[in-house]
Amino acid sequence: MNKPKTTKAKPAPAPGIKFSIDGRECLARAGQTILEAAKDNGIYIPSLCAYDGLKPAGSCRICTVRVGGRHQAACTFPVSDGMSVESAVPDLEDMRKAVVEMLFVEGNHMCPTCEKSGNCELQALAYRFQMLVPRFPYLFPKKDVEPAGTKLLMEQNRCVKCLRCARGIRTADNKAVFGSLHRSRKKKMFVDLGLASALSERWARTAMDRCPVGCILRKEVGFAVPIGRRKYDQAPIGSDIEKPRS
Amino acid sequence: MAKGIIETVVARHRKDRTRLLDIIRDVRQEQGRIKPGDADKIAALLGVSSIEVEGVVTFYHFFGNDAAGTYAVYLNSNIVAALKGRAAVAAAFEKAAGIPFGSVTPDGRIGLHDTSCIGMNDQEPSAIINGTIFTRLTPAKAKALVAAMLAGKDVRKLAVPLGDGANASKLVRSMVRNNIRRKGPILFAPFRSGAALKKAAAAAPEDVIVEVKRANLLGRGGAGFPTGLKWEFCRREKGDRHYVVCNADEGEPGTFKDRVILTEMPHLLFEGMALAGYAVGASEGVLYLRGEYAYLKPHLENVLAGLRKKKWLGRGIAGKKGFAFDITIKLGAGAYVCGEESALIESAQGNRGEPRDRPPYPIQNGYFGRPTTVNNVETLCAAARILEKGADWFKALGTPRSSGTKLLSVSGDCRKPGVYEIPFGMSVAALLQAAGGSDARAVQVGGPSGACIPRAQFDRKIAFEDLPTGGSIIVFGPERDLFEVVHNFMEFFVEESCGWCAPCRAGNVLLKRKLEKIMAGKGTPRDLEEIEAWGKTIKAMSRCGLGQTSPNPILTTIQNFREMYLARIHTDRAFIPEFDLAESVRDAAAVTGQAFAEHAAEADHE
Repeated sequence: MNKPKTTKAKPAPAPGIKFSIDGRECLARAGQTILEAAKDNGIYIPSLCAYDGLKPAGSCRICTVRVGGRHQAACTFPVSDGMSVESAVPDLEDMRKAVVEMLFVEGNHMCPTCEKSGNCELQALAYRFQMLVPRFPYLFPKKDVEPAGTKLLMEQNRCVKCLRCARGIRTADNKAVFGSLHRSRKKKMFVDLGLASALSERWARTAMDRCPVGCILRKEVGFAVPIGRRKYDQAPIGSDIEKPRS
Repeated sequence: MAKGIIETVVARHRKDRTRLLDIIRDVRQEQGRIKPGDADKIAALLGVSSIEVEGVVTFYHFFGNDAAGTYAVYLNSNIVAALKGRAAVAAAFEKAAGIPFGSVTPDGRIGLHDTSCIGMNDQEPSAIINGTIFTRLTPAKAKALVAAMLAGKDVRKLAVPLGDGANASKLVRSMVRNNIRRKGPILFAPFRSGAALKKAAAAAPEDVIVEVKRANLLGRGGAGFPTGLKWEFCRREKGDRHYVVCNADEGEPGTFKDRVILTEMPHLLFEGMALAGYAVGASEGVLYLRGEYAYLKPHLENVLAGLRKKKWLGRGIAGKKGFAFDITIKLGAGAYVCGEESALIESAQGNRGEPRDRPPYPIQNGYFGRPTTVNNVETLCAAARILEKGADWFKALGTPRSSGTKLLSVSGDCRKPGVYEIPFGMSVAALLQAAGGSDARAVQVGGPSGACIPRAQFDRKIAFEDLPTGGSIIVFGPERDLFEVVHNFMEFFVEESCGWCAPCRAGNVLLKRKLEKIMAGKGTPRDLEEIEAWGKTIKAMSRCGLGQTSPNPILTTIQNFREMYLARIHTDRAFIPEFDLAESVRDAAAVTGQAFAEHAAEADHE
């Protein structure tokens, strides 16, 4: 199995682009997206489908910002000189929270029983947005837990279709292990069964770790870290990027 | 045997991954369906993973993973079909075939399926059976069709009587009617091949762009981007080759104008494409034809062959050395979202028809990553006329801001449904008068993603500065229930969302449920407020035009027909749950013999 394609580390060019987020002056390098540049400037823009090293997908839309009055996904939109970005404004924050809530109601997320609880980015975003109950009615779709080859399980109730698996896990000869099936609300992620079974132990683990929720699970191993000592049990999502909030 | 078919088909398409849609279509045609395990075989032959093939198979409505039936009946389920008696026709199909819609007869012979608008709104109810179009269906015709299918007859021979114009030609042989109600000077005036290309070839490509810019041609797809500017941007982009892609995927419920252009004026369209190629520096063009119009492909191929023979396509066009351009046709397979230009490009490349992130735009990174201009059928026809007759002639038509004419597809409650080529600036009232629908209660302008306007706004003008439209005009008579209309449109968006982004995939389902709550008489003022807020969120957060406009049917009717909503909701109550306790415990109550259901429901509502 292959490593994800990464460009060779060249010395990064000095930031030459001046732009602003919510009035704060920022510097960026040419070719950076708003999300990347924000991070470099210590500003956290909530996002779910974005993952370092993977081509952005713009699928969750939680990172939506406003540029020149238009809504754009920060993970796909490039910065340009003099650009003024609105991000942490009340109406955008509320719409972001709404999308998080939509992801909760279109699936069946039972956090207390999930192996990823505390390591789950959807759950962490819900905490960050102080979501108590979704404003939308639960849709309670019928979904199954499916074996995905010999090493993995897919708990379809939890999938948020972020496409991290489809973007990131490929074979040495560049075949996609994960992919999308169907469309509309029926869309779901699944695998090529043969290729998923042939994943190395390490790549099977990588697939699970990259899944932001508890959909992709390693068979026969689990709960290695106790609840309470997991990533977002320690510090809220985004706190590694932004300076401690007073 | 199946193995043989798949290998033959894949070899016929030169093991080319980008022709995956054609491969799937051919396999389906030759063995009736995609069988379990077929995706693995196709994937192995193409050297890709099976999930990639299955992803494409399951994305498109006309492919699907399950058996469609030896005779696959796709009955249009859009609102105009419903208004014109679809329910009775569907019931007749079900009774004769002995199965409900959404299933296949046990012997696998007949499958009954719902489908989105198939571009026949002026002759509903209509259906596609194995690629052949059947229009103006009645319960009696449905019954006769099933009998003929059970007898194993060739569906093509069942399509009678044939329609007018080229529909009756040997290569089309279709019962579709053109219903051209009003001919204007641009789209349906006589056109001699070469008239535009000769003028273009005598000028520099840059001059062609200047002429189109001077004519103020705005894209006819609905968004209205200036065509000359798009060509100029595309021409300026660096790349080893450029492409021209014609978007012939009109899927907006209620449009069928491109179908009529493709039937009667394809030579005008192809000349427009060649012209665009000359202007942007492309020698290859792609006509992306929606799967519903596959029946027109032999006719279009024939027109292309004729143009090649006469040297209006190929090398040395109009006698000019270095002016080379040719066109290939790519077929879709039933997916509305493929009308979005970047989704269309993905589909033409053999992928799931999911829109791309923008920027980069197709002019920078389009078909196979090359600079590509994607233009609408009508736009390219207009461009050819501009070169033929000059920018001044074109600008003299329409309004100062919206030059030229617009082709409208008019359907619904009017006496003369069909296509109308009108100068921009015509009022809705004048159009209704011409179409015989003056008593309309409401008019849907621009299809579901457009706006539903009431009588009080019928003096508004069809033009980019007032009511922009891709061309779909649906008339609703005084007796119509607009809730039924809005619900049908929401159902359409729910089904046609590609599912890539969360707000569109989940949000439209939630909006539809909210609408159903109101329709069921359980709505409150708070529900209206929430619909407006949720609709705003879906529009703002969605990735492409589908989600950015899908709440419009509800939002524009709440805005323009508020009294209709107020009459249906409980203005005296702040909260009524969607959850019906009585309904939920009915089975349990019946089993246990307890009669608490009604009490529970009443207690709940107090």
